[in-house]
Amino acid sequence: MKFRILAYFFFLLGVTDLTIKIFYGNIFSRFTEDYYEIANPILVFTPVLFFSLGGVFLKESRVSMSLENFGTTRIKYYSPQFICLAVVVLIFLFFTFNAQINMENRGIDFGFDFLAQESSFDMQFSLMDYDGQDPYWWAYVVALLNTLLVAVLGIIFCTIIGVVVGVARLSPNFLIRNTAAWYVEFFRNIPLLLQIFFWYYAALRALPLPQDASPLFGVTYLTIKGYYMPAFIWNNLNVFMYSILAAIISIVFIRYYAIKLRDTQGKQIPVFYISLIILIILPLLTFLFGGVSLNFEIPVLKQLSATSFIYDGGIALPPELIALTLALSLYTATFVAECVRAGIQGIGKGQKEAASSLGLTANQVLKLVIMPQALRIIIPPTTNQYLNLTKNSSLAAAIAYPDLVLVFAGTALMQTGRAIEIVSITMLTYLSISLAIAALMNWYNKLIEIKEK
Amino acid sequence: MNKLTFLKSDRSNIQLVLIIGLFLITISIFDVFLNSFFKINLISFLPSKISFIFPLVIGMMGFHLIRIEYSGNRYIDTLNKNINTSTFNAFLTLLILFLILKAIPPSLSWMILDANISGDSKDACTGSGACWTYIKVWFRRFMYGMYPNEQHWRINTAFLLVIGLGTFGLFATEKMKKFLALYYVVIYPILAFLIIYYLISGGYFGLEWIETGAWGGLSLTFIVSFFCLIFCFPLGMLLALGRRSSLPAVRYISIGYIEFWRGVPLITVLFMSSVMFPMFLPEDFFMDKLVRVIIAITLFEGAYCAEVIRGGLQSLPRGQYDAAKSLGMGYWKMHIFVILPQALKLVIPGICNTFLALVKDTPLIFVVGLAELAGMLALAKTNPKWLGFAMEGYIFASIIFWIICYAMSKYSYNLEEKYKTER
Repeated sequence: MKFRILAYFFFLLGVTDLTIKIFYGNIFSRFTEDYYEIANPILVFTPVLFFSLGGVFLKESRVSMSLENFGTTRIKYYSPQFICLAVVVLIFLFFTFNAQINMENRGIDFGFDFLAQESSFDMQFSLMDYDGQDPYWWAYVVALLNTLLVAVLGIIFCTIIGVVVGVARLSPNFLIRNTAAWYVEFFRNIPLLLQIFFWYYAALRALPLPQDASPLFGVTYLTIKGYYMPAFIWNNLNVFMYSILAAIISIVFIRYYAIKLRDTQGKQIPVFYISLIILIILPLLTFLFGGVSLNFEIPVLKQLSATSFIYDGGIALPPELIALTLALSLYTATFVAECVRAGIQGIGKGQKEAASSLGLTANQVLKLVIMPQALRIIIPPTTNQYLNLTKNSSLAAAIAYPDLVLVFAGTALMQTGRAIEIVSITMLTYLSISLAIAALMNWYNKLIEIKEK
Repeated sequence: MNKLTFLKSDRSNIQLVLIIGLFLITISIFDVFLNSFFKINLISFLPSKISFIFPLVIGMMGFHLIRIEYSGNRYIDTLNKNINTSTFNAFLTLLILFLILKAIPPSLSWMILDANISGDSKDACTGSGACWTYIKVWFRRFMYGMYPNEQHWRINTAFLLVIGLGTFGLFATEKMKKFLALYYVVIYPILAFLIIYYLISGGYFGLEWIETGAWGGLSLTFIVSFFCLIFCFPLGMLLALGRRSSLPAVRYISIGYIEFWRGVPLITVLFMSSVMFPMFLPEDFFMDKLVRVIIAITLFEGAYCAEVIRGGLQSLPRGQYDAAKSLGMGYWKMHIFVILPQALKLVIPGICNTFLALVKDTPLIFVVGLAELAGMLALAKTNPKWLGFAMEGYIFASIIFWIICYAMSKYSYNLEEKYKTER
């Protein structure tokens, strides 16, 4: 109980501290201005400290005193802990002390006020509107979105490739099995950075110039300057979106109803096909009655100078993005494939036989018996791989794709010279992504774990 | 739809059907073979759209015909069992075969037949294929970086000595075996460090001093990953013990450390080492860039190492702890003599995998300006005398890394199998 109160106290402290810092600036700095300048850098991170202390106490409140602690003396229990804490605190103090002196010598002061300054650099590629007049914090947001874009694209493609290859590795066909195995062995054992370089500097450089490119699927162009696709131009897009939302809600209700029907009356209705039909028909209706219409903006070749051409209009994917997505998804797919294979192999043959002997069809066996169990084995390591992919997307900096590391820890750092602030923001961003996904994972694991009676 | 039965054989015409099937498959493969190797199109009289899928259709028909249980021919049965179990499988088989046939001639001619290796300048590369001359000329740079040419023997000797000392354990007698752990954990790293420091860096014994900026190429990969491994192992061990400790402060410090380093990408850690470390150190304290990078990667890999070792510790049965405690052993005595020797043996494959990941991560030190193999490639690529050979360079580097990593992964896999049977 004591611990729990302490935990809530620290959480409250953290929230208050954070609010104050966001709205009024670093409140402590006023007191410490002249006397304890050395403490300034630490005081900026106090909310993090408070939150972690709160977390620790919350965890402690749930764990009762473990058996090992009985029989030890107080000295034996407290002195190692005290020494450890003292060493950590001393190291931090040493670093801050040095940082203070070094920054004073170089005429840099510590603080996050630079985030509001004008960034005055340009980004090659961004999802949101961005130009040099925008402040640094907006550059941070745009760069983070670019990172997330690569991560999401990579995750989608690596899942598709990984599942196909993982299943192919268990194929009865000799050729397919071995091709899949060699794919895994090949792409897994070459450093990712080399693969990115290969795609960017060697493979994509072999593509034709914009004026020589022949259309792919009629309207898209794959050139050395990137991949050009037609853009969609919607009329009344929101009506279309509402119709999709309505379709999803009705599907949820139908599913619920179908489960209820199955449980009470034993009737089966083809939920999948009904959902598919609803998902197609509702949005289609909006085209007829809702005034929704769709146009395409097709990229057109435009001459910039005598020898320089470019495609205008449509969506352009820069070659950096293509190379990065290719390398990340091909590399991570090998690990995903191994997870999928291990998951399917982890299910005993008896499960399948038992299910078939109950009279389930092959599809039902897969859907109701094998997959739920295999997913339980597959998902945790696969999420780990997704996490790795997200972290590896920071290699974008090596081929100048404007991601978080390149824009923020590269360009912004060079321009402002705020090494400590910028590197810690970058690291904390990745750390919070990782911890968030890990927490989500733990929650999911708890949800699907076998409930023993 | 009913199954296709109209072309299926019965007992009377089995031989004929088999022969027709094999003949069709042969034709389809032969057609693709001629097409890709000699640019001859057997069926050019057909419209182009048909001739494109013609071999596929013919091959599918052939595979359909020979798909007979107990055909009486051993080879055909093996074929059916392995690559021809269903129509879909036959389709995939044909696709893979055609892909291989189509891919061989261009890659063969690019890599070998049209390639150049003679000469020592760009002008020697006249063929349309790869220019291996580029690799030949730059080979020493790729291996040793900017290290002076006449001093390369020092790197080679140092590596041979370190490897030689590493195999010491194989020749140890029964009496010496007791001290092997001590040797590998304490003495060997120190010896290796001294050898590399005095021999490669120089400055003593009449050897020329060579600054770390000149180190590079593949040898730098080995140096960095070797040092990181031997330093991160003890660190990981302490952290793993800390994470399993019953003392809350120790446990949470370890958890915080491990989760922090595991949550950030290596590239930001390297950025940190190059821009933040100098800020955190005393004013007039100079630390070499290479040393900073090694410290950063060690701190980073230490967290991963800790998780691997924790896995080993967790897999030990509780009885081991209880037995040790009942003998009156304290915490350190119990761990050094009972727990760690068993746990560490279990985690050798895991450590091997961590090391593999480490070797694959070392090219990243390129972002802080250390010219490791990938960095040397980037350097060579922009040399005005050798423009336009990026492909050859990256393929060369990929092959080298692939051989190293594949050998290591096979080794760790074998170890895993070995320890699996022992328990």
